[in-house]
Amino acid sequence: MVATETTQDLVATTRRIRRHIIEMTAEAGSGHPGGSLSSVEILTALYFRVMNHKPDEPDWPDRDRFILSKGHCTPVYYSTLAEAGYFPIDELMTFRKLNSRLQGHPKVNTAPGIEMSSGSLGQGLSYSIGQCLAARLDNRDYRLYCLMGDGECQEGQTWEALMCAPYYELDNLTAIIDRNGVQNDYFVKDTMELEPLDIRLNAFGWHVLTVDGHDLDELLSAFDDSKRMKGKPTVIVAKTTKGKGVSYMENDPSWHGKAPNPEQVAQALAEIGRE
Amino acid sequence: MTTVETPPAATREALGPTLIDLAKEGLDIVVVDADLGNSTTARKFKAEYPDRFFTVGIAEANMIGVSCGLAAAGKIAFCSTFAVFLPGHCFDQIRVSVAQTGLNVKMVASHTGITVGADGISAQAIEDLALMCSLPGINVICPADVVEARKAIEVAAKTDGPFYIRTGRAKVPVIYGDGYEFELGKAHQLRDGADVTVIAIGVMVSAAIEAAEALANEGIDCRVLNMATVSPLDEAAITAAARETGAIVTAEEHLVKTGVSAMVSQVVGRTVPVPMGAVGLDGYAESGSPDELLEKYGLTADDIVREVKAAIARKHGDAPGASRDGTS
Repeated sequence: MVATETTQDLVATTRRIRRHIIEMTAEAGSGHPGGSLSSVEILTALYFRVMNHKPDEPDWPDRDRFILSKGHCTPVYYSTLAEAGYFPIDELMTFRKLNSRLQGHPKVNTAPGIEMSSGSLGQGLSYSIGQCLAARLDNRDYRLYCLMGDGECQEGQTWEALMCAPYYELDNLTAIIDRNGVQNDYFVKDTMELEPLDIRLNAFGWHVLTVDGHDLDELLSAFDDSKRMKGKPTVIVAKTTKGKGVSYMENDPSWHGKAPNPEQVAQALAEIGRE
Repeated sequence: MTTVETPPAATREALGPTLIDLAKEGLDIVVVDADLGNSTTARKFKAEYPDRFFTVGIAEANMIGVSCGLAAAGKIAFCSTFAVFLPGHCFDQIRVSVAQTGLNVKMVASHTGITVGADGISAQAIEDLALMCSLPGINVICPADVVEARKAIEVAAKTDGPFYIRTGRAKVPVIYGDGYEFELGKAHQLRDGADVTVIAIGVMVSAAIEAAEALANEGIDCRVLNMATVSPLDEAAITAAARETGAIVTAEEHLVKTGVSAMVSQVVGRTVPVPMGAVGLDGYAESGSPDELLEKYGLTADDIVREVKAAIARKHGDAPGASRDGTS
């Protein structure tokens, strides 16, 4: 985690979000901590600096929209929404339980701030394109931010959408690929290689930015750049570490989708630290 | 029953012109297309409203997602292609992004059934109702003629929530006049009868009318219901038919074991059990002209007549089992 004066306050937020991720998956006894921890800085930058949104008015028509296409990463999504004020932080402990608003994968119209259902990979970018086309038709200037996993980029629909957004010159769209290099079973490069990813994305017509996905300054700068880009959608390839911040989870495929036990929780929280 | 002197027309022909009329009425309609808009007639919309017509190329999964985004932003999002591709190519996208969200997406799939004809079995959707009716929360409509198709599209546009409308390529008789009002979720009784009920959909509705007229000449009084809304089914009309006529025959251009026959049977079995018969498909067909295929694969008025007589015989307890013996 790299921070300068301008992002010092955000670092405290990332620590709180990381603690929530550990505590809520442990309480649920299941969930996806690895890809949640890798995208903490991405969501923190978006919800606390980049996006124009009103947590007390989640249906505000002109809000920027964040779409979690990698729908299994609800721990980071719900934690960020709670920290931003969309619903009480205590509610995170209901995650994945009966009668909770916080389903294992996002379901639209459950808790405030959840923009779209997801959980079957590859669908979020298509939805985001539809929202961007509607914004243009209605002369609204909201933006779409769509977070995808790198493993998710193996889905065919992702490439249908990657072809489509530049065709419509959707400069109100920023896609972010959480390039943590690990998918459900194993490493991405040993499952179905995506490289040269930046060249492929560029060839599809995107404005491609590659950043350290744990460096808040780099992320903020890339998001600023994407807002200034005209005539092209932007994709930010955020190079990250799966399980970031918890030593035994980092870059270990087995932490894609399981909960830590009490001893592991204690170690994780100690490593993450307090504000 | 209303018979009007109108030349036969394909139900697919309703789509483009109706969407244009609805947009002129002021509805905020957008159309997403996957390269078959000339065939589904959706592309006609582009000539009038080029800014509200979006092609995604041959990419049905993306078409569903883009439609969902437009719908979530307040648009009435229509999308269309052939039924072998929608739902065939994008069932998971429909399941997660449409059925589980309830978004205002209107899916209109053409080229359904074997009357697609010479293109052969890869192009003949005979499983689409099974797929779409398996999803909670989607209104599934199979219009009987071009008039009903137009009315169904109008109702879909003006009713919030997901719709699937099944249209066809072949020209079929026009049985409804312009004054016909399509009622979502209600069977339309085309003919009353006391001895048996034929529950038909799509191209089989006009065949059912023809069969009922032939049966009347033999003294058999046949009720005919057009079950245009396949989901949610009009259970009241089905139980009334079972109670009042004592035998039911379904007729559909779809697989029998997963289509209207199966769905009506569930209702009959748990309410008023009566003998049933089924006219429909048991497997894949082949290339041919629509009429040749309907004849060879047993989807004619004569087939309905035969099945009706078998059902009535079983009702009277003096005949062997159903013509479908479970081996299919």
